[in-house]
Amino acid sequence: MKHMTRKATRHVSQNEGLIFEKSSLGKAAWKLPPLDVPAADATKLLGAWERRDLGAMPEVSEIEIIRHFTRLSTWNYAIDLGMYPLGSCTMKYNPRVNEAVARVEGIANAHPYQPEEISQGALRIIKTLSECLIEITGMDAITLQPAAGAHGEMTGLLMVRAYHQSKGNARKKILIPDSAHGTNPATAAMVSYAVENLKSDSRGMVDIASLEAQMNEDVAALMLTNPNTLGVFEQDIHKISEILHAKGGLLYMDGANMNALVGKARPGDFGVDVMHLNLHKTFSTPHGGGGPGSGPVAIKKILEPFLPTPVVVRRADGALAFEYNRPQSIGRVRAFYGNFGMFVRALAYIQANGPDGLRQTTEDAVLNANYIRKGLEGTYDLPYSTPTMHEVVFSDKLQAKKGVRTMDIAKRLIDYGFHPYTTAFPLIVPGALMIEPTESEPKEELDLFIEAMKSIAEEVEEDPQTVLDAPHSTRVSRLDETAAARKPVLRWKPAS
Amino acid sequence: MAYPTDRKYTKEHEWIQVNGNAAAIGITDYAQQSLGDIVFVEVPKAGTELVAGKTFGTVESVKAVSDLFAPASGTVTEVNGALATSPENVNKDAHGSWMVKITLKNPAELKALLSAADYEKFVAEEAGH
Repeated sequence: MKHMTRKATRHVSQNEGLIFEKSSLGKAAWKLPPLDVPAADATKLLGAWERRDLGAMPEVSEIEIIRHFTRLSTWNYAIDLGMYPLGSCTMKYNPRVNEAVARVEGIANAHPYQPEEISQGALRIIKTLSECLIEITGMDAITLQPAAGAHGEMTGLLMVRAYHQSKGNARKKILIPDSAHGTNPATAAMVSYAVENLKSDSRGMVDIASLEAQMNEDVAALMLTNPNTLGVFEQDIHKISEILHAKGGLLYMDGANMNALVGKARPGDFGVDVMHLNLHKTFSTPHGGGGPGSGPVAIKKILEPFLPTPVVVRRADGALAFEYNRPQSIGRVRAFYGNFGMFVRALAYIQANGPDGLRQTTEDAVLNANYIRKGLEGTYDLPYSTPTMHEVVFSDKLQAKKGVRTMDIAKRLIDYGFHPYTTAFPLIVPGALMIEPTESEPKEELDLFIEAMKSIAEEVEEDPQTVLDAPHSTRVSRLDETAAARKPVLRWKPAS
Repeated sequence: MAYPTDRKYTKEHEWIQVNGNAAAIGITDYAQQSLGDIVFVEVPKAGTELVAGKTFGTVESVKAVSDLFAPASGTVTEVNGALATSPENVNKDAHGSWMVKITLKNPAELKALLSAADYEKFVAEEAGH
């Protein structure tokens, strides 16, 4: 610490230590009220298990805690500060009206153990959101339980497995295109299926001939992202679902890129049997750091018996109730009913926008991605010329000639005040720059971003070292990610 | 990049070097370059059966986790223990850093694999995409 300034600078503090390092013996930020129940003798009750020391727990005063975490918060980058073009993540603005509704007292203080009679409002929120999402996806039924996208994938595939099992054969494998999100093969493996890779064609879409050759009665499902991770809509989606269904397989759609479809096309109409949504992407609930996520799974009728329990149903007397008696259910996948606070926010978003607003959202998201594509085409290599939906993927081919790769450009982008785009994904594009602006960005911000990217491209030509050494404006410069992965330091230890 | 001609290659970027009935398996220089800094190599224990074309382990880099595909069927006889603590060896010398050694079950399978020249051509097409 010697070479660093020990005084807070105008950047608040660039050198904030760990809270453990601020600890000094006997400091405290709490004071208990006088005991109003008979004192218990801990030594007598616990014997040798009684603990008297705090171990390495930090001892600090209240203002030190407040300052510590407030200072740390100033190092954050957030959508409220500027564009967050992290491709595939749909880092859109989280409207304040969502938060206002989520803080309504009766909603915020509802307890999951409340009797159903006094939980009718909460049940109605679950039911109404379910109906909205079913309408948007064109599916028949839904569970809101999964905690986020990958959990939704697992829930979906467990239902696929239960469906095939009910027909006497769980089948052996899941087909996954080479452009897929990494969670797809991981999910298939978690659910004890073997993974078989499916090649993309020169347009960046599923290669139909390969699919026909690889499809057989051992295939339980195809997991497809549509639009895929190149931001390209699978134009043969009908054909794909026909090939699958002809051999008894199911079509799973990863709904991560649903922001390109809402109000425009419904997966249920193009042959999807099961899909998950990410409320924290498409439906504007907080994402990354804040969260939590929410990954509802929408299904066609054939999978309905296998839905996780409980399911919200309307009783004969009109009241809403949880139904638990579903013998073919895969069981509960999440404590209580899922991340309820996110249902409230997603429903607020859907109802504030309405059908036309949601359609406009989709159109603006696609327009913004295409505006960036047009602005940067030529400056950066565009490996697939197929029309772009909600995100655009460039490659670092032109910059690589000067030894500058996608990661370097991303780090330099931080100096220009933007969060980096997604680097090195999808894997089928060597050196990918994956950019998703979302509908939230005004043209002025998009122009700033395009200018920044062009300026970096110029720097690569004139002074590549500046880009290779970036970022320069942050409190720490380029981190050694390799050393961090090879020799991770996972905890603080007291200096002895 | 010149690929050693003393071995065969797969389209999944593994190489296999045969010595009688035994063979060593690793990943190509192109593979290590695309992966970036490798931080973890996971391979099966001695005695494990590999099936040609099926996955048998993973290579993790700072960018991604990739499956290893068996170029040929056989039984693992030895694993390169040095890679557990020094996975960077693969980045430094991919063609010199074997991952597992196996006893071949069906040497005829090797005929389906690529020669150094064919692999080089394949990589040039893939990278040129």
